[in-house]
Amino acid sequence: MKIINIVEIVTSLLLLILAILAVSSKKMINSIIYLSFLSMLAVVSFVIMRSPDVAITEAVIGSGLVTAVFLFTLLSMKKVGDKK
Amino acid sequence: MIQYVSILLMLIGIYGLLINKNIIKIIVALNIFEVGLNIFIISVGFVSGGVAPILTSVNNSSALIFVDPLPQALVLTSIVIGLGTTALALGIARKMYTTYNSLDLEEIGGINND
Repeated sequence: MKIINIVEIVTSLLLLILAILAVSSKKMINSIIYLSFLSMLAVVSFVIMRSPDVAITEAVIGSGLVTAVFLFTLLSMKKVGDKK
Repeated sequence: MIQYVSILLMLIGIYGLLINKNIIKIIVALNIFEVGLNIFIISVGFVSGGVAPILTSVNNSSALIFVDPLPQALVLTSIVIGLGTTALALGIARKMYTTYNSLDLEEIGGINND
């Protein structure tokens, strides 16, 4: 078994676990942090499939800009993360 | 392997769209659905044993086996459009919060709200 197969299996399991955690968490801020981790794991799965330019774009936009927009939206409201 | 995981990611995203009542978590579930869809479109064009479709000084012949570069160009556009839709949905959610002072769809009500 090569090393890339082990990386692929670990990435697949972590993607499923983080997606279930992001859907079923109670607070909003935890859900946004799990979504950022899921985008970082998606970058690894793009590199496995030999598409490095899509991986760079996903790393900049999916993990950086989308998380920043969510956090600025939450900070502009009054009660941050406590409402269910 | 990664194709079936991406299909399961899309199903988890649809499940999160159906069960949540908080408007921010609905947008998070929509982003999960979009990530799964992008991984599935890339995995359609993947060829086993191929190299990345970039001409360098080492890979400079067209006789090698390349992966398909057309889904990659489409997914590059899809990621940027996903950022735009997320920003628009969050703007609408913030305007809804300043109007009704709540993010829960049960408290906002619907067409019968006074």
